[in-house]
Amino acid sequence: MNMCWPAKRCFSPNPRRLNFELTEKIGPGVTAKDVILYLISQISTDGGTGYVLEYTGEVIRNFGMEERMTICNMSIEAGARAGMIAPDQHTFDYLQGRPFAPQGAEFDRMVAEWKKLPSDPGAQYDRSLVYDGADISPQVTWGTNPGQVIPVVDPVPNPNDIEDEVDRKSAQSALDYMGLTAGTPMTDVTIDRVFIGSCTNARIEDLRAAAAVVKGHRVSGSVNAMVVPGSGQVKRQAEQEGLDKIFSEAGFEWREAGCSMCLAMNPDKLAPGERCASTSNRNFEGRQGKGGRTHLCSPAMAAAAAVEGHFVDVRQWQFKS
Amino acid sequence: MQPFTVHTGLVAAMDRANVDTDQIIPKQFLKRIERTGFGQFLFFDWRFHDDGADNPEFELNQPQFQGASVLVAGRNFGSGSSREHAVWALEDYGFRSVLAPSFADIFYNNCFKNGVLPVRLPEETIKQIFAKVAAKPGYQITVDLEKQQVTDADGLCESFQIEPARRERLLKGMDDIGATLTHEDAITAYEKQRGFQPVN
Repeated sequence: MNMCWPAKRCFSPNPRRLNFELTEKIGPGVTAKDVILYLISQISTDGGTGYVLEYTGEVIRNFGMEERMTICNMSIEAGARAGMIAPDQHTFDYLQGRPFAPQGAEFDRMVAEWKKLPSDPGAQYDRSLVYDGADISPQVTWGTNPGQVIPVVDPVPNPNDIEDEVDRKSAQSALDYMGLTAGTPMTDVTIDRVFIGSCTNARIEDLRAAAAVVKGHRVSGSVNAMVVPGSGQVKRQAEQEGLDKIFSEAGFEWREAGCSMCLAMNPDKLAPGERCASTSNRNFEGRQGKGGRTHLCSPAMAAAAAVEGHFVDVRQWQFKS
Repeated sequence: MQPFTVHTGLVAAMDRANVDTDQIIPKQFLKRIERTGFGQFLFFDWRFHDDGADNPEFELNQPQFQGASVLVAGRNFGSGSSREHAVWALEDYGFRSVLAPSFADIFYNNCFKNGVLPVRLPEETIKQIFAKVAAKPGYQITVDLEKQQVTDADGLCESFQIEPARRERLLKGMDDIGATLTHEDAITAYEKQRGFQPVN
């Protein structure tokens, strides 16, 4: 930043290119957050080092803009410099009429420009990885970096099963910090706090997804849960749609927009040992408060965990309308 | 920016992988508006107990590492948040160079903007250095950017690679702003060719 101001430009080495192709379709209850957590678990938090990531394939094409933002946002957690998704009709529809977007004929001219941006068919990447979207289930982190992820239906992994010595040591120290025992079903892990918020997952679609799970339910008596909209605009829209009522009636705190407990720079923080289901992007030691234990997951998963007091497979959820 | 040519210094070892920037400089210190004085907060939550006393278990609090200026650590050092404060804190604490099998990308880049030299060495070499640090109190290493070599008094001699333009800038202590502005003509020509408004 300090170099962009005086020089008005920025020096950057050419990144390598990694293409994540996500074929087929994801199942019901599986979200963009689950997709990106799954991808990070596959390549780990340094798998993207030196790369810019591109996400392609049917799963990505079917995602709306807000889901794509969740995915690109967490490219950094895979170690990458940036993540991108080629613009398409979803993109143009999203931008049309938005504040700060070009208007009228200028918009049409820009759409013609943007249509030139996608990678050419057969474009060369330094690395290409293909995953079947149908293989991805709801995910949750068990450790202290965003690559330590498992499907919620799996047990907490055993470090002794990890071949690499460095990763094994890392896993053991993560389990110690997180207060977890290998082999415990993730769905038996009880939580104290729920944070639905952050730039990763507090857009209007995230709040709708969480509200759909919460509607007609009550937050567990042992859980303190809060919703922090991603922006003032999202907050107003959610209130117009009555989502704030759904959350409040269920026992969630409905808060002002901001970063809040994503990084705990304000008084919203975990006490030592408290365990939180969080829709944010980072689960490092102390991230949400010194000694706090963060589990990253999707908004729907966090909402379901708030109601049950422990992690659940949201694909089994009893929705009340 | 302080140039980096050759540096010999006491080595402190942190045998941990994926050391993230939330540990290097916790968020409560990001509200400062200066870019100096962060060394006192380096690794704050690992380094100090809640009552402010030193945590004797923590690597950097061990007596043999006092005054260290070379840090050796596990793979993927500096991962997580892009906060440049992480490098400012290491530099302000007194580290001139960090040796590790790999670094997170943004952290690695930030080092070069602040006169700190990150050196990637094979995992096996890093293991040997950990062993030497444990066996020899006062163990020192020389990091030579001119020759792109890491050496010690008993035979370690490992070459490393730094991208030539970066090496040049660090040797001269030239930051990215100065380096970018030396390409002013080429940038302006490119902008004209692409039909962008030149930036004045």
